Amino acid sequence: MKVLVCIKSVPAVAGRITLTADARAVDTRHLGFTIGPHEECAVEQAVRLVEEHGGEAVVLTLGPAPALEQLRDAMALGIARAIHLVTDGEDWDSQSTVEAIVEAVRADEAASGRFDLVLLGNEAADSGGYQTAVRLGRSLGRPTVTGIKGLTLVDGVVRCEQEVPGGRDVYALPLPAVVAVLEGLNVPRFPSVPGRLRAKSKPVAVSTPTRPAQRLELLRLAVPEGRSKQAVVLGRGPDAAPAVVAVLNDLGVL
Amino acid sequence: MAAVLVYVTSADGVVDEVALQALALAGQLAGEGAVHALVIGDEAAAASLGPWGAAQVHLARHEALGSTAPDAAARILDDLAGRLGVGAVIGPGTDLGNTVIARAAARAGLPFAANCTSATPGHPMTVTRLRWGGSLLEEAAIHADRAMLTVAPHSVAARQTGGAAPVEAFTPELDAADLVVRAVERIPAARGGVSLADARVVVSGGRGVGSQAGFAPIEELAGLLGAAVGCSRAVTISGWRPHTDQVGQTGTKIAPELYIACGISGATQHLAGCKGAKKILAINKDPEAPIMSAADFVVIGDLHEVVPAISAEIRRVRGA
Repeated sequence: MKVLVCIKSVPAVAGRITLTADARAVDTRHLGFTIGPHEECAVEQAVRLVEEHGGEAVVLTLGPAPALEQLRDAMALGIARAIHLVTDGEDWDSQSTVEAIVEAVRADEAASGRFDLVLLGNEAADSGGYQTAVRLGRSLGRPTVTGIKGLTLVDGVVRCEQEVPGGRDVYALPLPAVVAVLEGLNVPRFPSVPGRLRAKSKPVAVSTPTRPAQRLELLRLAVPEGRSKQAVVLGRGPDAAPAVVAVLNDLGVL
Repeated sequence: MAAVLVYVTSADGVVDEVALQALALAGQLAGEGAVHALVIGDEAAAASLGPWGAAQVHLARHEALGSTAPDAAARILDDLAGRLGVGAVIGPGTDLGNTVIARAAARAGLPFAANCTSATPGHPMTVTRLRWGGSLLEEAAIHADRAMLTVAPHSVAARQTGGAAPVEAFTPELDAADLVVRAVERIPAARGGVSLADARVVVSGGRGVGSQAGFAPIEELAGLLGAAVGCSRAVTISGWRPHTDQVGQTGTKIAPELYIACGISGATQHLAGCKGAKKILAINKDPEAPIMSAADFVVIGDLHEVVPAISAEIRRVRGA
């Protein structure tokens, strides 16, 4: 089978996020980049599907030149090759992103056959748009499910499980299909040293799509006001236990 | 502005809380325009909407809509929005709300802003929305004749207007293609234990716990308090606890009375999941850890010594 997994390179934020002077982006001068948690699970699933059923897994990103590092990370885990839609680093809304991905998918499918499955993260860690998968599915005319935490493939049907209040809904989609997954779908593996070395020589197809006018246009970002509070220090080490229990009592949770 | 249509989700006659919040945002946006509500299948829910700001309720009834069918819901919503000529469609910022509004936007070729905390009418309409699970706010302009958006949970207060709304039932037009994506089975959740999302107290462990076995004192304290056990992402990716225990942007978002964070540094991803807690107690060796400035109470020390001491003290107090 042929599987495509779409990822996004995002800043590896840890503590408080700081912004650039124009407040249009996260200040990444002191940050590394990473793949979002949902997408790490999508990559792992793509690798497992190909291990189990044979075929080829391809990774795609739309992002600036340094996002190549995240493509290599995915290839280090067992993805065969990459498609890099290179941008100048500006924010792309979901509609523009999907237009570019659709063009790349059509070109790849014309050359080497249809993707049976396209996997994405449910929502990007940074922009949280909740829509790229369904737009892609709609444009490609393929059934799409979102929020998936369980995925099995049997006889050309992909069985997907989605947590809902009170249990799990099960969907059975004919292939080709588009599936947006959540962290918890699997436990992603760590790259091996040989995997990292192999990834360096795997092929990356590069193109530079044109960014159209943005219909969901980012104007500016802001860091929300934190709860400005001064924590009460209850003590140091095990001697603090009586003070902690007094607080539990005051809060009515004892 | 023009009328606004709200996609109202419900279960067994009870309207989702976030859908009522969507109605409140619709009221703010519509001004003199009418607020329409779409309910799929649930007659009791439809009948209950008048006091929450809906002027007209549309109840879609179709034999194929017994289980979750997000493309069908999107088709119904898009068709109704077109028929009513609304200027905005608003849904709840839940899993179902986000996927259905996204699908309706994709059908209509319109932009979609998920998880908005406010919206200002105009040309273009501007919204404030959540990024990074709420760790950042984005101000955005929606360039479209019809704005498609969802409201972030608990960012707009539901508002009782005390009105009444007529309910008009109709049979929507659906094709086979709209029903390809449809739940074929519902697996009920396993019962037992305290659910993380609903727990009054959550005791969580982070990287500082050190191992799977290291969770024993955390489980002991949770047991004494009738609390749920949680963890940080560092713990799940190490394989010490299942992902269902993870508190954070990509795990469970919790809102307990008290959150006890043991050996958790407090990365942005984690704080996005526990900021709904009324009070936070942090136990950490590092007084400079980010969790310490998010907490109400802190104990500086090794959780492996502090947590068992707290459990022992609870037993002592209760025994007395």
